[in-house]
Amino acid sequence: MNMSYEDYGKLVKKCSPNSPIFKTMPLSFLVGGTICAIGEAFRLWFVSLGMNKEHSGIWVSVILIFITALLTGLGIFHKIAKIGGAGTFVPITGFANSVVSPALEFQTEGFILGVSSKMFIIAGPVIVYGTIASIVSGIVFYIIELFGGSI
Amino acid sequence: MNRPRGVIFFENPPSIVGFAAVAGDMEASGPLKGKFDKVFEGDMDGEKSFEKAESKMQLCAAKKAIEKAKLKFHDIDIAFAGDLLNQCIGTNYGLRELGIPFAGVYGACSTMAESISLSSVFVASGLIDRAIAVTSSHFCASERQFRFPLEYGGQRPLTAQWTATAAGAVVLSGKLKGNIKVRAICIGKIVDYQIKDMNNMGAAMAPAAVNTLVNFFKHTGTAPQDYDMILTGDLGQVGSAILSEIMDREGYPLKGKHSDCGLLLFDRERQDVHSGGSGCGCSAAVLCADVLDRLNSGKLKNVLFIATGALMSPTANQQGESIPGVAHLVFLEGSE
Repeated sequence: MNMSYEDYGKLVKKCSPNSPIFKTMPLSFLVGGTICAIGEAFRLWFVSLGMNKEHSGIWVSVILIFITALLTGLGIFHKIAKIGGAGTFVPITGFANSVVSPALEFQTEGFILGVSSKMFIIAGPVIVYGTIASIVSGIVFYIIELFGGSI
Repeated sequence: MNRPRGVIFFENPPSIVGFAAVAGDMEASGPLKGKFDKVFEGDMDGEKSFEKAESKMQLCAAKKAIEKAKLKFHDIDIAFAGDLLNQCIGTNYGLRELGIPFAGVYGACSTMAESISLSSVFVASGLIDRAIAVTSSHFCASERQFRFPLEYGGQRPLTAQWTATAAGAVVLSGKLKGNIKVRAICIGKIVDYQIKDMNNMGAAMAPAAVNTLVNFFKHTGTAPQDYDMILTGDLGQVGSAILSEIMDREGYPLKGKHSDCGLLLFDRERQDVHSGGSGCGCSAAVLCADVLDRLNSGKLKNVLFIATGALMSPTANQQGESIPGVAHLVFLEGSE
């Protein structure tokens, strides 16, 4: 087969269908928007019960994580995610699912070497770089305040 | 030097005297519905892990094939078998209880053609008489090893293929006669066209299929039109389109002769498999559930079975390596 890697790459591209973005993008907008609207509804409800802004935000996260974990365990979440794409991935639901799904699947390897050690195989990088980013931003804020600036 | 490297014609072609295919319920509800020797329910079929379920399937396929050959386990001289899992555990634990001398084979999705090839050479040599070739794959067991947990909510690209939950087994013999003969084999080279996308295995494997096919046609002086069917392992929709285009350019147009196991096992319109089926159980099951049956009954006279393997390792892939492909060919002939 006399073909350069570049030419072969072009042929592969020609034969490979692209993601149908005109279908997937509106769907992820709708699903992601619905999840955020549910979260907002909970927040408004908590505020109406007299909860302050900070606490109501934390409780919304807790509830969305709980619902995601439950739906993942029931085998429903990945079906919604197949339709929702980035809409389910980007909110905290995606993070919760990425922790619960390996924890469920690696039960067969036991609680130590399976569930607990595999729990963060997908979410691990998010935690590591999220922590590093918060440290870096903390240092930046500290320096700004040292020179009399404010945030 | 123009030796036909890899191509081996048998003076005393081994016969296929028994074959069997088993599959999961999703595979068994596809276009080959009703053709499997046994259907396994759910992802685990009552076992405690996906890996155990795969072993159970492989054992079942082996037992059924031996039974259909009207033989007993101790009549089989050697087993060549493999699967996709690390250390081939689907096979090692599956065939453990049979007590047949065993040689493990890994050729990714090309394993069925490789096992049949090795079995054929052993049988044709006359040093042994009966060999069994067994291959399996399991969707859930493969996904957790190569990709993501099952419940992980990700979207698969349209070029991705669906690892089949299936197994196939073939019993070959020199002295016992059957309707189907292995006339020749062609062991393929490792071909790498620098595809790095783990979700486009068809593209990684297609050049290997071209290489093996062209090598075989050149050295036999034949063309695709000389065969009833050219059956590739599991290139899927994307890989099949690439294969067809390159074979045109190479001067061996496949025109109407080409079928792909990945496209025969599933109905892409109805089943959510994107580019088609894959996994070494896919080609094994399609061959044993359908194609061998048609050769046996005389509906097909001669078939080139080319199982293609993407020799993909998540470790090498993460280190920036491309995915090499390999394709082995088995020339099957039905009785006149």
